[in-house]
Amino acid sequence: MNFQFTQTDFFVLRPAILLCLFGCGILITDFFIEARQKFFNALTALIGRGFTGYALWQQQSYLKANGLPELVGLSGAITIDGFGIFFNWIFLIATALAIIISTRYLEIEQEHHGEYYALLLFAQTGMVFLATATELVTLFIGLELMALSFYVMVGFLRGDKRSNEAAVKYLLLGAFSSGMLVYGFSIFYGIANSTKLADIAQAISSRDPKDPMVFLALATTAVGLLFKIAAAPFHMWAPDAYEGAPTTITAYLSVASKAASFAFLLRIFQSPLASVRPTWEPLLGAVALLTMTLGNLAAISQTNIKRLLAYSSISHAGYILLGLVSGNQTGLKGIAVYILVYTFMNFGAFTMVVAMRNQKIIGDDIDDMAGLMVKRPAYAVLMLIFLLSLAGIPPTAGFLGKYYIFLSLIQTQHYYLAVFAVLYVAVAAYYYFRIVKVMFASEAVERGEISDSAGIRVALAVSAVFTLLIGVYPEPFLEMAQRSLFASLR
Amino acid sequence: MLDTALFYIFAALTLGGGVLTITRRSAVHSAIWLITSLLGVAGLYLLQRAEFLAGVQVILYVGGIMVLFLFVIMLVNLDQAAKEKRFSGQKWIALACVAAVALQALWFVSKGAGRFTLGQPSIAGENLGNSEHVSRVLFSQYLLPFELASILLLVAIIGAVVMAKKRI
Amino acid sequence: MHPITTVHYLFLSAALLLVGTIGVLTRRNIVVILMSIELILNAVNINLIAFSRQLGNVNGQVFAIFVITDAAAEAAVGLGILIALFRNKETVNADEVDILKW
Repeated sequence: MNFQFTQTDFFVLRPAILLCLFGCGILITDFFIEARQKFFNALTALIGRGFTGYALWQQQSYLKANGLPELVGLSGAITIDGFGIFFNWIFLIATALAIIISTRYLEIEQEHHGEYYALLLFAQTGMVFLATATELVTLFIGLELMALSFYVMVGFLRGDKRSNEAAVKYLLLGAFSSGMLVYGFSIFYGIANSTKLADIAQAISSRDPKDPMVFLALATTAVGLLFKIAAAPFHMWAPDAYEGAPTTITAYLSVASKAASFAFLLRIFQSPLASVRPTWEPLLGAVALLTMTLGNLAAISQTNIKRLLAYSSISHAGYILLGLVSGNQTGLKGIAVYILVYTFMNFGAFTMVVAMRNQKIIGDDIDDMAGLMVKRPAYAVLMLIFLLSLAGIPPTAGFLGKYYIFLSLIQTQHYYLAVFAVLYVAVAAYYYFRIVKVMFASEAVERGEISDSAGIRVALAVSAVFTLLIGVYPEPFLEMAQRSLFASLR
Repeated sequence: MLDTALFYIFAALTLGGGVLTITRRSAVHSAIWLITSLLGVAGLYLLQRAEFLAGVQVILYVGGIMVLFLFVIMLVNLDQAAKEKRFSGQKWIALACVAAVALQALWFVSKGAGRFTLGQPSIAGENLGNSEHVSRVLFSQYLLPFELASILLLVAIIGAVVMAKKRI
Repeated sequence: MHPITTVHYLFLSAALLLVGTIGVLTRRNIVVILMSIELILNAVNINLIAFSRQLGNVNGQVFAIFVITDAAAEAAVGLGILIALFRNKETVNADEVDILKW
């Protein structure tokens, strides 16, 4: 067997190579940086982001210039297509935002170390492979790279018991779900005698759909993947991990990890498992319904805002799954739009929680937001935008995502699911409105100052601008979503 | 004939070790039984002519990972844990789930081995476990995950140091 | 006695997967839960090796090497987090890890 590392392979891998280089670079330069100047690490990480973005842009324009649907590297292990590039942009934006909101927060927590930024970059490396790899072993290692980085980052506040506990729970359930997932992968290999997704798709489609081997592979893989996106009944790690983690990591986890897991899930369900769609479609429909029910109902009674947003993000995962259940072009486009919108609105909401943290309070109680309108009207209005969007009220972007999902459900005649999905929008509006009420109607309580930094302001501004922009001027973003579909569906 | 007998011996070691691992009261005993189970798995590798992997299993799993486990068990005080009850309150829910899965497995068994069709063999695996053969595939077809695994191990090192060290 | 086929190995690995799953779901001691996860990963490896022999293809063995690597990495991080937890709380029981609602 001949093997050569070609120019194309290098071109395909460049964003990931740059990420690793900057990650290792931060680990080394961290030694020479005084404790008070740790923000240099954030700067290095941001520069790394710039380079990665440039490499990504080059890939995108190369595909466009040559009119190629995809670019295959390393003899089929990596496929750069519209889908991968779309998700890579989301990871890039989410990581950049996470870096700029972290500096001030970590200083308050007195855990400002270079390793934090390196782990952020390594986690993003894993995500890059989750979105672009088309071979089981690479997907598995990419997933573990992301997951391990997150376990450590969730437990990064080592002196804080809540952070320790969150890390332990996340690690135990995460490792368990990875085990299930890779069990499914091993059966894929047995079925297809190959670890490439394209070969597996072919092998499965040539089999009887009731084959027990296929069913076993589907069941274990689905359990692993549903764990990763925190769909019910495999969601129990999410509220704990979200609440105990450093808030900056909660923001990053809820956005980037979810997007990466969805990219992974979409690829597995639409490529190797596409031919057994009749088996998994009703199952996923039931899971989506259960996820929305549990997420929305559990969110109602929460008093901790991180926990409330955790349950709300579980219910959002249910909505996104509905797009896959309907499975037509509108639905898949809806998923892409939804994930893009969700990135900005959810990140914005969590950034507000980061800003509430100061020397005196943790700032994750809903009551900590009391009277925000009187104290800092600008922040209250921004939070209002994010909450309206999360609830899916026009003209914010959240409406657009839900609109496409509902439309696709009606097009494919899933009327029951559509009715429930609309019903739960009302439930969700209720608990988001509780936060709004506390901000606007309650008396201001003396809880110390909002600890804003330039980074937090920029992150809030970017999130708010995009949340509104996608809502009122959606055309370019819909165009982006269209290009992110797999070639067979375009 | 010998192969059949050896398979059942190693399978019994693996499964018996596994069952004892999850039922022993003391974590040290669990670890010892897990080592037994892992050695049984290494024997199965030998039977399947994966000699290189059998070596890796013994050196890395038994010699590396399990020693790490034992270190941690000794480090954190487990005398107290040994006196408490072993199973959590979720026991019955868990056992119900597991019974459902076991019934499903039994159904598959009753359907017989004929229902399990595997992929088509490609080449005759004469020198399958040969480390040369493994390394050829590892460093050509799986070069990318191999490089990626180095980053994974780096993250694991960082993680272990960040978590376990008092002051970074 | 019957000759041993790949399906025998598949059933053995399914049984080991079940044992590991029971361990994860029912045990309270975090170290034992981590060991149960190791059992699950070994079930995966038995599958991979059996398929590798059956298919006359060494890819499965290479996959198994990656699974072992991942098991090592997970164990290192998991035990590290456990030490951090123990330093603050002096318990390794999952039930007592209860500041966050379980």
